[in-house]
Amino acid sequence: MLRYALKRLFSLVISLGIASVVIFAVIEVAPGDPASFMLGVNAQPDTLAALRAELGLDVSKTQRYFNWVGGMLVGDFGTSYTYRTPVSQMIADRLWVSLPLALYALTLSTLIAFPAGIYAAARRGKPGDLTVMGATQLGIAVPNFWFAMMLVLIFAINLRWFNAGGFAGWENGFWTGLHSLTLPAIALALPQAAILARVMRSSLLDILGEDFMRTARAKGLSRRQALWRHGVRNALIPVLTIIGLQFSFLLAGSIIIEQVFYLPGLGRLVFQAISARDLIVVESVVMLLVFAVITVNFLVDLAYAAVDPRLRSRT
Amino acid sequence: MSLLRIENLSLGIHGVEILKQVSLSIAPGQIVAVTGESGSGKSMTALAVMQLLPDGAESDGSILLDEQEILNRPEAEMCALRGASIGMVFQEPMTALNPVKTIGDQVMETILIHKAMPPAQAQERAEEVLARVGLPSDRFPLSRYPHELSGGQRQRVVIAMAITLRPKLLIADEPTTALDVTTQAQILDLLKGLVTEYGMGLLMITHDLAVVVDMADQIVVMRHGEVVESGATDHLLHNMQHPYTQMLFEASNHRVALPDAKQPQPLLEVTQVVRDYRLPRKGLFDAPGHTRAVDQVSFTLNQGERLGLVGESGCGKSTLTRAILGLEEVQSGDIRLDGQPVFSGHKPNPAVRRKMQVVFQDPYGSFNPRHRVARLITEPFHLLKTPLTGGERQDRIAEMLIAVGLRPEDADKYIHEFSGGQRQRIAIARALIIRPELILFDEAVSALDVSVRAQILDLLAELCAAYDLTYLFISHDLSVVRTITDRVMVMQAGKIVEQGETEQVFTNPRHPYTQKLISAAPQLPEIGVGAA
Amino acid sequence: MSRNLILGAVLSSLVLLAALVSFVWTPYDFAALNIPEKLQPPSTQHWFGTDHFGRDMFSMIMVGARTSIAVALVAVGIGMALGVPLGLTAAARKGSWLDEVIMRGNDLVFAFPSLVIAILITAVLGAGAINAIIAIGIFNIPVFARITRGAALSLWEREFILAARVSGKGAARISAEHILPNVANLLIVQGTIQFSLGILAEAGLSYVGLGAQPPTPSWGRMLADAQTMVSFAPHLALIPGLAIIVTVLGLNLLGDGLRDWLDPRIRVARA
Repeated sequence: MLRYALKRLFSLVISLGIASVVIFAVIEVAPGDPASFMLGVNAQPDTLAALRAELGLDVSKTQRYFNWVGGMLVGDFGTSYTYRTPVSQMIADRLWVSLPLALYALTLSTLIAFPAGIYAAARRGKPGDLTVMGATQLGIAVPNFWFAMMLVLIFAINLRWFNAGGFAGWENGFWTGLHSLTLPAIALALPQAAILARVMRSSLLDILGEDFMRTARAKGLSRRQALWRHGVRNALIPVLTIIGLQFSFLLAGSIIIEQVFYLPGLGRLVFQAISARDLIVVESVVMLLVFAVITVNFLVDLAYAAVDPRLRSRT
Repeated sequence: MSLLRIENLSLGIHGVEILKQVSLSIAPGQIVAVTGESGSGKSMTALAVMQLLPDGAESDGSILLDEQEILNRPEAEMCALRGASIGMVFQEPMTALNPVKTIGDQVMETILIHKAMPPAQAQERAEEVLARVGLPSDRFPLSRYPHELSGGQRQRVVIAMAITLRPKLLIADEPTTALDVTTQAQILDLLKGLVTEYGMGLLMITHDLAVVVDMADQIVVMRHGEVVESGATDHLLHNMQHPYTQMLFEASNHRVALPDAKQPQPLLEVTQVVRDYRLPRKGLFDAPGHTRAVDQVSFTLNQGERLGLVGESGCGKSTLTRAILGLEEVQSGDIRLDGQPVFSGHKPNPAVRRKMQVVFQDPYGSFNPRHRVARLITEPFHLLKTPLTGGERQDRIAEMLIAVGLRPEDADKYIHEFSGGQRQRIAIARALIIRPELILFDEAVSALDVSVRAQILDLLAELCAAYDLTYLFISHDLSVVRTITDRVMVMQAGKIVEQGETEQVFTNPRHPYTQKLISAAPQLPEIGVGAA
Repeated sequence: MSRNLILGAVLSSLVLLAALVSFVWTPYDFAALNIPEKLQPPSTQHWFGTDHFGRDMFSMIMVGARTSIAVALVAVGIGMALGVPLGLTAAARKGSWLDEVIMRGNDLVFAFPSLVIAILITAVLGAGAINAIIAIGIFNIPVFARITRGAALSLWEREFILAARVSGKGAARISAEHILPNVANLLIVQGTIQFSLGILAEAGLSYVGLGAQPPTPSWGRMLADAQTMVSFAPHLALIPGLAIIVTVLGLNLLGDGLRDWLDPRIRVARA
């Protein structure tokens, strides 16, 4: 088990390394010099040079890459070109919106999808199954940001149960914060739940056809007992993969959803940075997102091993 | 008084008739074997007793367990019966166990689901019963997972699950079909012992008549969902009434007469061949381990000779086959055909490939489903420098199809239009079409029903006469190898432990492993065949 | 043919038809401003109503279909053109360094959600429909590579491939002659699904301003424009949303229907 975890960890580090090179290289291709962009065309050469030194732009590209990566390892993401404040502080503030939102949505989506998928699989071909499948078919087709707008229209503008946008902040209490993230989380979660429920159902149906399910019935288990005791855990193996993938969709999706609800998250930060050509911020936010995705997939790999003993004993 | 009585059981699935008026009965302590070829309905009969039929099944008649009707009993009552009064063992031990639960949990589940005893006692019982089936807890603790056990050991776990509550009736559906002969013999002994010890009735489903004769007190022969003949084993063996029963027994022990071989002249020379596989590294920095699949194998196959290669699964015969075919390179040693090496440099040698063809086991996986027969069987033309074209090509296709007992018109069909036996004929046509000097038959008749197998063996004997075939026949089935080869090699753990004239080896095996193999293989007594 | 297949085919061709017809005819000029008639609800003159500049929504939806379909289709093309050969190569050289490099590369690309790729590209090149195509296309590559490799691997184990190898055929030839035709169905089905995901992704990207730029109409941007007016002119948000749903639903149903219809197991059973 430890060996397996170490091996995965090793490939996690490699992936992160390569991803950082790719991101850095792409941003390097960007035309224009951030310093002259910030000071405008009429800047004095010496002011320009001073700014370049301040931003760490006066060294070679390789040196800059290692400065960037080395900085990130100790939590220093550099200085924003536009705001002249540490990027790490800007990101940290926003992360407290985006990350809880993605996790909230992931929890909701799993809580909805598991029962729905299991219910549908247990009633294969019956009206209950067809209803769930029809609903998920529709759920997959709905763009989450449009669904968000509809939620705002119904629950914020007409019913006034929620605010149409903005974030109340965690400092006013956990529940207040959670309340203002609820509509965005539902908007993110429902389309993902539709996908997850379908995966859960088809994975369970595959398992129901396995020989060991028949063995379980031959022991005297009822259909339902066999499904719960032998089906669900085996069906989780492919479902975990999808949950891992979904986290990256949710994180990306939350960037879009933040626009609908005017949430001060990473999405707002990155779009402001793009229009202000604040490339160091873009670079860092993208790296952070990729880091999150790779880490979640690492955790999914560990979860596999917890579910499947065959992986544990392999190297 | 009978334990189980099936009377006039008829069964249809979505309107398709599967069983017709099946009747049989089992007394306590009795072994009844239901036999027949695929599609005979034997497995469905077993599932009907368990009432584990597929959706859409409708049955009629009666199934009495202890004179109590089972048919159409409420599901809750059936759950109480299954596992407690009726146990069942399945064919595929590799997939019959839940991979994510320990064997202890799975055996205990039978006990706990019926609330037969408290958990602590259930654990004791599980240990006891696992020990009884040959898995003592000092060597096989309850915490083992199925993937840590071999196929034979897994089948023992399945048996333990089925018998832990001492059911009155045990149903075994092809329990040894997926196992090697030596393991099969052990499992059959175990089942026999359990029947005597517990006084259970055993309903055994198997296609293997040798197993039937070895085990059963009563035999039931089925075909197309009907019982064609049944009776006490001894009586039935000496008084077969139905021509189908006679055919089945004849085909199971089918003998062919091979024409005499030509003058011996070495064709295939295998010298000191070694093939290692790398195992995954144990740790990040450990050197990778190796497993030796083929270990210093040497033999010569003469022109016109029919050579057999037998051994159990994992003995290295498949690896050796692949090496001879040039599909995998060997680490050391030399394989030559007509004096030329199979591998030249690190590439397969086309000059040698041209002289060799192969027939595989699986009649369903051996053909690209998207091509027509003409294209399928002419694939080896790719090896020729000047492939036949136009009329010549058509003539050759027609000739080959006729030679294997099909019609020239079949060239335009797709493979799914053919039965398993016909597909194997097409595979032989594909192998013969470039007139290779050597053909490898890799378990080529193992997946076929006995009657079809007998026909294919006849076909091989005919082709030997017509085309002077030289072949290497790889099989785990001793009775087939005995009739279809002149000489035989026995392989164990990567080594060839014995080789010699086929009859000589079978009647007078010298190596202990060969002796074990031959004595483990159940054999049909030479009876009843000529009774027609 | 199943109900899914028919319904899916009908919905998809409806959208495709609207996109094609928009090249030669739209009820109004989609770009023509008509302030006096702004924000009208659906009526006989303007079937889908008008937006805040008085532009005809029906015409914009038709032309928007063009954008969506073009972006998603080209992105699927990119994914297939690069992903399928990569997957075939990885399967043919299973276990080799080449397989390892391709699969690790796939994992790496999977770590970049298409939105993140779009953000990166936009930061460098500025926003536009081409960015959306590239971003979604790159995201599609590992999808096709993985599914091709997985299916090809199980085919390589089959005996008809061994027979082809015994007949002296090389990996490239076997991949083209035996593997590709047998994974084609799977690729068609996956292509349909990626197409529908592409439509959704394009809408998302143009909603946040990373997709097609004005004056090219796109459904995503129509929704972005509608956001501030949703309380008094809900049709502005409803109609583009429904257009997206109908398209994606149609393609998904088509994919499901095709899968059942093309599944060789079911077809053999019928034969």
